[in-house]
Order: sequence, then structure tokens, then C-alpha cells
Amino acid sequence: MELNELTITQALKGLKEKKFSAVELARTCLARIKKVEPKINAFITVCEKKALNQAQKADKARQQGSQSPLLGIPIAVKDIFSTSGIKTTAGSKVLANYLPVYDATTVKKLKEAGAVIIGKTNLDAWAHGSSGENSDFGLTKNPWDLSRVPGGSSSGSAAAVAADMCLAATGTDTGGSIRLPAAFCGVVGLKPTYGRVSRYGVVAMASSLDAVGHLAKNVTDAAIILNITAGKDLLDATTPPRAVPDYSQNINQPIRDLKIGLPKEYFIKGLNSKIKQSLVVALAKMEKLGAKISEISLPHTKYALAVYYIIQPSEVSSNLGRYDGIRYGFPRNKFTDEAKRRIMLGTYTLSAGYYEAYYLQAMKVRTLIKKDFEDAFKKVDLIITPVSPDLPFKLGEKVDNPLKMYLSDIFTSTANLAGVPALSLPVGLVDNLPVGMQIIGPQFAESLILQAGFACEKAINLCQEKPKL
Amino acid sequence: MKKTKLTPQKVRHIAKLAGLTLSPSEVKKSQKQLSGILDYVEILQRVDTKKVEPTSQVTGLKNVLRKDKAEKCLTQKETLANASEAKSGFFKTKSVKEKWS
Repeated sequence: MELNELTITQALKGLKEKKFSAVELARTCLARIKKVEPKINAFITVCEKKALNQAQKADKARQQGSQSPLLGIPIAVKDIFSTSGIKTTAGSKVLANYLPVYDATTVKKLKEAGAVIIGKTNLDAWAHGSSGENSDFGLTKNPWDLSRVPGGSSSGSAAAVAADMCLAATGTDTGGSIRLPAAFCGVVGLKPTYGRVSRYGVVAMASSLDAVGHLAKNVTDAAIILNITAGKDLLDATTPPRAVPDYSQNINQPIRDLKIGLPKEYFIKGLNSKIKQSLVVALAKMEKLGAKISEISLPHTKYALAVYYIIQPSEVSSNLGRYDGIRYGFPRNKFTDEAKRRIMLGTYTLSAGYYEAYYLQAMKVRTLIKKDFEDAFKKVDLIITPVSPDLPFKLGEKVDNPLKMYLSDIFTSTANLAGVPALSLPVGLVDNLPVGMQIIGPQFAESLILQAGFACEKAINLCQEKPKL
Repeated sequence: MKKTKLTPQKVRHIAKLAGLTLSPSEVKKSQKQLSGILDYVEILQRVDTKKVEPTSQVTGLKNVLRKDKAEKCLTQKETLANASEAKSGFFKTKSVKEKWS
């Protein structure tokens, strides 16, 4: 097994036991990037020199007795997080020359924990997309099948983790942008509760929905990262002053008597039957561990995507209004199709005479969707659904039909509307393509969804199947 | 269900409000695509929300304040580091008045 294939937990053990150095670990990741990047295009910037420098420092710190929780671990950062001195494009040519002078809070925390920033990953421009194809820096391909999309918008982060170009990666999720690519690339993706992780320094998409999370090789690693990123930040007013539990500590708690609800609105006719079958198998294993599974209803589900496609573009149009090419970045003529579409849609739905019919009505229906979840969590502890109605689709298949593309978010956007945390967990392969299962919990119940994910991951035991590149 | 039909004039007006410039073919494409999306979201008009409050802050936080004390911030040099043009420690830009007169 190569070093770049290790999980964070395994790598930390090896580093502590001096089996290899952080420099060797970083070098192996960089070599892997050199080898497979021409096929995948997961990165916009690879930070070879800076990464080796950070790794050297990590080795030195370890010699001096440092126990930092991510000391020497190579992590990729979605190119929508500001990184001091490293180009940050948000996947858009508008920011092709933007060199931030400060780190996003999440990046700062990861660096303080000893992480080595290996590079900045590709994404749909401004995180607008479900396939990665909207990047202004070329599309990313799915490591499992190079003719298919990796899912978006955290396309490069998912592909980089799946192809072992790094040990984990950061992501952002406004309507499914962590969970969908995690599912399509067969990695673990966590979208925490709204406000659990600071968004300071992340290029804003839709401010009432945006969540910062990450993609990892297993559930244990996802918990380790959340331990570092979660918490109050004075620079992001949406982070509550709520204690951060140790997400790793109780992760192996048994799931006996855990009540799991399956919302009937998610197990619909349009759901690929093989995906459904993979979920049935995973759920049977959880049932064997003592979980109690029942059918529930989230009655306003059918309105969720419409609510999402009003609130999100409205807030996009407002957030992207700041790009004037004066203080940083290029002028507005560098916006490409999808950003233009969303800016115009949002400008329309927020304009005088339409605000009440569109944005206000959407925010009211949002209340009903949130209430659906609150009611459901009175009866069950967790909700399980598919992440996507279908397997990773072919490159180019949906690019000319925005509405069809938007439907990719049908099972994921609800968690953002309700502000609840959700985990995307790989549960199997269908036709040699990964399938993801979504575990949703009440607000701030990250510990519980990680416990359930951990138990399920262990029970399924996917035998560490890797894409063949 | 009523069909939304955005006229080319309407599309150009929205683009102008948003500070975007569209080519004639983009206007045509936007007419079709934006109308299609607006038709799709029309489904929300069927929901009775007379007694429903809107949700804007989903975790219920209210009036988040901090101490009225100056914190560390970027230096003038850092602030101007990415400016397209700067002069005497300021961002240089075209006169706003000129633009609208």
C-alpha cells in the first residue's frame, strides 16, 4: 500500500511510529498528482513547494514533541476557500488573478492543526453546478470512469480523495455540493449543520444555505476533521456559541435501538432500482445491528427543489453583486453561463413586484420543509435516503439543459433548507460506479450521524475498493 | 399552470440591473431557459402559506453582537494588494457621476 492511499488515522499512526516522514507522505501525494492529474484535472493549483515546506516544518515540530491533531497530513482545499498567498479562483475567470492576503478560518484552523495544504481543487465556477462541468478551468473527470462526471460542485475535492491524491479535502455545500460528488466518487462527504463550521473567507454563494464541510476516505477521518473545523468564530455571525463535542470519542457507540426513518417521498419511481437495492442491503445490515427502521413522510418534499431554486439564485445574485473588478478580480464580463443564469434569475425574483411572489413565498415554504424535519425527528433519530436518484452521469449529458441538471440536487437540497447535518456514505458499487447513502440528523446532531455512518461503514466493509487508474 | 414568457426586452432589463452584458444569442437562450425555470418554480404558488412565517435564519440565532472594540484588520497595503488600480493609498475607479449622467 502506498502512503498516499492511507487514511488520516493510518497516516498519523505511521508518522507517530516514525515509519515514514511527513515529507515522504507529501512527496508520495505529489507524485500521485503528477501521475493521474492529466487524466482527472482535480486541481486548479498544486502547491508543491509550499507543501514540502509545510511538511518539513511538521517533521521538525514532531521531533520537538508536537502532538497537533493533523500534523503532516496532506489535505486539499476547494479553490473557494481563501488561502493567503495561494491563488483562489472559485473556479471562475473573474478571480483568475486573485491572491488572498488572509486565510479562511477553516484553512487557518487546519494549518494550525498541522495539516499540509497540498493544493487547491477544481469546482464548478462559484460552486454553481452538480457535475463539475461549469468550471472555467476545465472539467474534472470521475476517477471511476473517465467518461463520467465526478459530481459537483466540490468536483476536484471528491476526485482527489477518491484517486488518493490527498488524504482528505475541504468542500462547501449549498444544495448538495459535498454530498453529491462524495456519492459519485465513492468517498465520505459531510455537510454539517448550518453555522457549525465558520464560513469566513469562503467565497459566498447563498448565505442562508452555505455550509462548510469536507470529504474523507472514511467516517473516522470525517470526525477527526470536524473536531478541528467546528466551533464559534467571531468572524462568522452564523456560528453559535455552542460547545463542540469530541466527534471521534463516541463514534463506535453501538446503534442498537436507533430509530431510522425512510421518507417515502425519497424512494420514488424515478430512483434507479440498483441504487435502491444497494441501500436496502446497507439498511438490512444496520437492522441486524439493532437499528429500528420505519417508513416516515416529509410531506413538503415535492416543493423543496423549487424553493431551493428561488432562494439560492436570489442570494447568489446578491453575493455576486460585489464583483466589480475594482478591489480585486476582473470585471463582470468574465462571468460565464451558469453564473449569469443564476444572477439573472435571482435579480428577477428579488426585483420590485416579484419579491413577494417568489423569494418571500419560497422562504415561507422553507419553514414548512424545516417543520417536516422537526416533526419527523420527534418520531425517529435519523433519516436515511439516497444521495442521488441516479448513478454518475456521462460528461456532457446535461450541460445544455439547466433544469435537468438542477434535478440532480433533488435529494440533497432539503438538508440545506432545513439547516440539518447530512453525511454521504459510500454503500456499494453498481456497474462499477459508486453509490452513496445519505444519513440526515437533527440540527447539531453530527455525533449521531457519524456514529450511524461508522457502524454502517464497518458492517458493509467495502474492502477498500479503489478506482483503477 | 400559466406559462412564463420573458420578452427579449425583459431579459435585457434584468441583465442591465445585474450589471451583465448579453449577446443577442444569449438573450434568446436566456429567454427560454429562465422562463423554463420560472415555470418549474410556479408549483410554489399552490402552497397555502397565509399562516406561515418565513425562515431566513435556519438555526434561530438572533442579533449576534460583539464588543464594540476595534479588532486587528488588514493593512492598507494588504487591502490594495489586489486592486486593478490604486493611487495614493486608495482604489482608483471611474467616476460614478460620469457613468450615470
